[in-house]
Amino acid sequence: MVNPRLMVWLKGLAAAAVLTVALGGTPSFAQSGEETAHATDAVEHEAGVHDEKGLPQLNTKTFASQIFWLAITFGTLYVLVAKVGLPRVGAVLDAREAKISGDLDKATQLKAETDAIVAAYEKAVAEARAGAHKLLNETAVTADAAAAKRIADVVAGLAVKQKEAEARIEGQKQTALANVRAVAAEAAAAAVAKLAGVEPDQAGVDGAVDAALKERA
Amino acid sequence: MATDPLHQFRIEQIVPLHLAGHDVSFTNSSVYMVVAAVLITALLTVGTASRALVPGRLQSVAELLYEFVSGMVRDNAGAEARPYFPLVFSVFAFVLFGNMIGMIPGTFTFTSHIIVTFALAATVFVFVTVLALIRHGMHFFSFFFPSGAPIVLAPILIPIEIISYLMRPVSLSIRLFANMMAGHTMLKVFAGFTITMIGALGAVGWLAGAVPVAINVALVGFEIMVAFLQAYVFTILTCLYIRDAIELH
Repeated sequence: MVNPRLMVWLKGLAAAAVLTVALGGTPSFAQSGEETAHATDAVEHEAGVHDEKGLPQLNTKTFASQIFWLAITFGTLYVLVAKVGLPRVGAVLDAREAKISGDLDKATQLKAETDAIVAAYEKAVAEARAGAHKLLNETAVTADAAAAKRIADVVAGLAVKQKEAEARIEGQKQTALANVRAVAAEAAAAAVAKLAGVEPDQAGVDGAVDAALKERA
Repeated sequence: MATDPLHQFRIEQIVPLHLAGHDVSFTNSSVYMVVAAVLITALLTVGTASRALVPGRLQSVAELLYEFVSGMVRDNAGAEARPYFPLVFSVFAFVLFGNMIGMIPGTFTFTSHIIVTFALAATVFVFVTVLALIRHGMHFFSFFFPSGAPIVLAPILIPIEIISYLMRPVSLSIRLFANMMAGHTMLKVFAGFTITMIGALGAVGWLAGAVPVAINVALVGFEIMVAFLQAYVFTILTCLYIRDAIELH
């Protein structure tokens, strides 16, 4: 595990060395010959104003200013970012997160409520249906019983009336028959009296009439 | 001098200023540091001014930046590194804005100066070292001997580990500075070709000079990628150093 890291660092070191030589070479080259006097002169000047030779990045006189302003700007930026910027963005993101999860929770809750209501409704419908069936059955049974009873009553009443009617008819028939016999006997006696001129005895007439009636019957 | 590719890196005094014998003048470099800091703060505050549930363009950018760095810290430095998110964010935003502002012609790229990148890297280095010392005390020094390595290798491994640790700010700062400087120099060199051709060849130079311009168009796209990538690399490494400080391997 050491070898790859070592290689990376060796490469880095090599690169750094090459760069240092390359960059370090430029100012020394610039200071050669007639420029040397000018360069020495430039040391007394302010940072980076007149020092035009060499890499500006290696002009150490500008370092203090750059570090100073980096410290001020980066320090201020850090405070602003940490105390104002990031909390604001974070609050916006948190608010959205809370809103979304809140909405989801609410939707879940509403769905549960809807499901409960649907279940209650279906239960109520089922109960009502069962109740209606029961009531229908009971009513049918009661109605059947009532109908059967009334039919039986009517039938019984009719039978009684029929019997009465038959009895009355029989009575009237007997009376009528008795009347027929009397009339027939009277008529026979009258006919005998008229034809024979004799008064037949009552017993003989009655016997003859009975015999005739029996014959007809 | 107009075609000197290194002219763009010169520090120009704007307001001369001295403090305790040091020259701390406000320079063109300082201007763009202030611009970067102001732009970052403005993005975060103006962008979230409406605190909209459905973000607008500026708010989207602010949120994107926030979540990008937040994800970087979480994935590379671990959940325990959350308190250091503002520092990592400041580093990333400052370097990114410094690099990107530098892509605008005529501006100054403060991240192309080794002293700036080194100061930033040194800040990170000091921060993670202090963090590790506070969290682990003397146990921090076990960091320089990989666990499980044979003890006989200690005389070799410990110096290597110490040097590699001390080289962190050096590699961190040189990588950023060298990339920015090389890219900007290359753009200027190619642009210089065009000017030289026009000066030397006249009408033909106008035609031939179009070639370096075309190359520069491609290079600008490439440099914008580099500008982002170097800010990203600087920040990723910062996150990894923070992770090392928290976990010690």
